[in-house]
Amino acid sequence: MATVTLKNVKKSFGPTDVIHGIDVEIADGEFIVIVGPSGCGKSTLLRMVAGLETVTAGDIHIGDDRANDKEPMDRDIAMVFQNYALYPHMSVAQNMGYGLKIAGLPKDQIDAKVGEAARLLQLEALLDRKPRQLSGGQRQRVAMGRAIVREPSVFLFDEPLSNLDAKLRVQMRLEIKELQSKLGVTALYVTHDQVEAMTMADRMIVMNGGVAEQIGTPLEVYESPRTLFAAQFIGSPAMNVLDAEIKDGSVRLGGVKIAPTDAADGKVKLGIRPEHLKPDPSGPIDMEVQLSEPLGANTLLHGRLRGSEEPFTASLPGVHRTSIGSHQMLKLKVASEDIHLFDPQTGTRY
Amino acid sequence: MEKRVTFKGWLLPVCLIAPQVFISAVFFFYPAAQAVWQSLFIPDPFGLSKQFVGLGNFEFLLTDRFYRASFLTTAIFSVLVTLVSMIPALFLAVLADRLIKGAGVYRTLLIWPYAVAPAVAGVLWLFMFNTRVGVVSWYLGQLGYDWNHVLNGGEAMGLVVVASAWGRISYNFLFFFAALQSVPKSVIEAAAIDGARFWRRFFTIVLPLLSPTTFFLLVVNVVYSFFETFGVIHTITSGGPQQSTTILVYKVFSDGFVGQDLGSSSAQSVILLIVVGLLTVVQFKYIERRVHY
Ligand SMILES: Nc1ncnc2c1ncn2[C@@H]1O[C@H](COP(=O)(O)OP(=O)(O)OP(=O)(O)O)[C@@H](O)[C@H]1O
Ligand SMILES: [Mg+2]
Repeated sequence: MATVTLKNVKKSFGPTDVIHGIDVEIADGEFIVIVGPSGCGKSTLLRMVAGLETVTAGDIHIGDDRANDKEPMDRDIAMVFQNYALYPHMSVAQNMGYGLKIAGLPKDQIDAKVGEAARLLQLEALLDRKPRQLSGGQRQRVAMGRAIVREPSVFLFDEPLSNLDAKLRVQMRLEIKELQSKLGVTALYVTHDQVEAMTMADRMIVMNGGVAEQIGTPLEVYESPRTLFAAQFIGSPAMNVLDAEIKDGSVRLGGVKIAPTDAADGKVKLGIRPEHLKPDPSGPIDMEVQLSEPLGANTLLHGRLRGSEEPFTASLPGVHRTSIGSHQMLKLKVASEDIHLFDPQTGTRY
Repeated sequence: MEKRVTFKGWLLPVCLIAPQVFISAVFFFYPAAQAVWQSLFIPDPFGLSKQFVGLGNFEFLLTDRFYRASFLTTAIFSVLVTLVSMIPALFLAVLADRLIKGAGVYRTLLIWPYAVAPAVAGVLWLFMFNTRVGVVSWYLGQLGYDWNHVLNGGEAMGLVVVASAWGRISYNFLFFFAALQSVPKSVIEAAAIDGARFWRRFFTIVLPLLSPTTFFLLVVNVVYSFFETFGVIHTITSGGPQQSTTILVYKVFSDGFVGQDLGSSSAQSVILLIVVGLLTVVQFKYIERRVHY
């Protein structure tokens, strides 16, 4: 168990800068999710913490020690890889016990620890199998088992669930989270799936292009995204972002008042989450519906605003069987606390 | 699941396998049958007539002191050639695999010896170790070591082993290098996080993952040391001194073509065929079973 601190951590591969300086302090036992689109540098950041990539600039502390120059094995971490990286020629038990064997533990202690981990992960019946004789979910568990038997201070996960089917993913998501809080081990978890990030994280780091756009709890990021990117990346369906204008103390879309605000006059980007829109015959937002997706619990309506080409999505609770069809006009409103305003130049929140 | 191609008629498949069957028949089955047939006779010294002796040639061979010595020589020779060609190849491949820049240059340079024909390689090494004009033997002389593979059987064996193994290092290197490159990087990284340092990782993770390649090379190199080293031995030692480098294949040649004892020579090729057949069966039955994970 340990804290992890990153101070202005940067990474370049030759001339290309991949990570542009990340600062974060991770508390002991905290579950941190690093989330962002493909190629934004999530894996690179995680691998620097693991010691598999060198740190170009900045400091990484694990516990009280500066870890920059330590070998991976001396950092007291364990990592679960996306492809599991099991040793193909070893049985499940040998896979899990390999690190302990290298640490020089006597065989009976290794067996005891492996047995305990196997019980925790329901792998007892599989201990003598080779990795190729396991299903994807079972391999995933073995990789987890290999990480926990060594009782590290920090768990590192690099998209551990991305090779599993949707249902198993939901189940493993819960299991990993449960296991982590039971063991009380600090965890860094990389994913590009914002649902995973929302459900698992104590705090998340939203990354884009090698920059941390926002660091905060899932609700903080959802309720007050600090940048346009974070606003659109977190939340499903994604937030509507429109060109708007502030005049005389209210936000206006094409001249129509949407909601009052105390921001200064000028152009803004207006963000509205689809689920915050409510049908209202006297509402200020005029939407032309082009496609309706009934999901059961709610209905997604895709279309555009009247007189504009910008795509617009609304999510209404429940089923809307007949009342809303294609090419219908729909009037909507939004509460003033549910609107998000961003600087059109920098993309930061007002 | 094995994929099978099914043909409608029989003409096309027959045409497709005919060349292979033809070549095997001309260069393997016919000579092999001839050898088996001839091994049952003793020709007269002028080769005009021959006398049927049944298994007499075999009986004679198996009790012959020189022939048994040749068996031992062959065993030592092929074990040494296999080790000397595989271990340095693996070592070089590991070093090349660690390189990030320049691996291509290194690889290309290491492949060159393979392009040298065995007889030429033999002559090359012969010149270097020539007792009178050789560079290496001169330096050894300076160091106080009197190199003379013409008289010393051990030195002769060492020289033919090195000359035979030298070109093979390139060949083995290529296979080991390719195999190393296909070991998943994340598995190595997982082992590094698990606390294994370089050589520990090498012996507990990498080497086991290379075992299919190692096994393949083992078979290929043993066969090589039996059959393709003739040119090297012929140019360097001609089987001497006192038969100390006369491996089975060389003895077939020297008894048959030099000694003109075709019956015995044929019997020897038959024995050789059986030995190699047995070796291959043993290798596949006992070793291959352990290399698949
Ligand atoms: N060894 C390397 N050499 C050069 N560039 C690299 C190297 N590794 C990664 N990069 C670059 O760094 C950037 C970040 O890569 P990284 O693997 O961290 O992305 P990621 O966020 O994990 O993406 P994904 O979700 O697809 O796994 C990418 O643009 C990638 O091309
Ligand atoms: Mg990645």
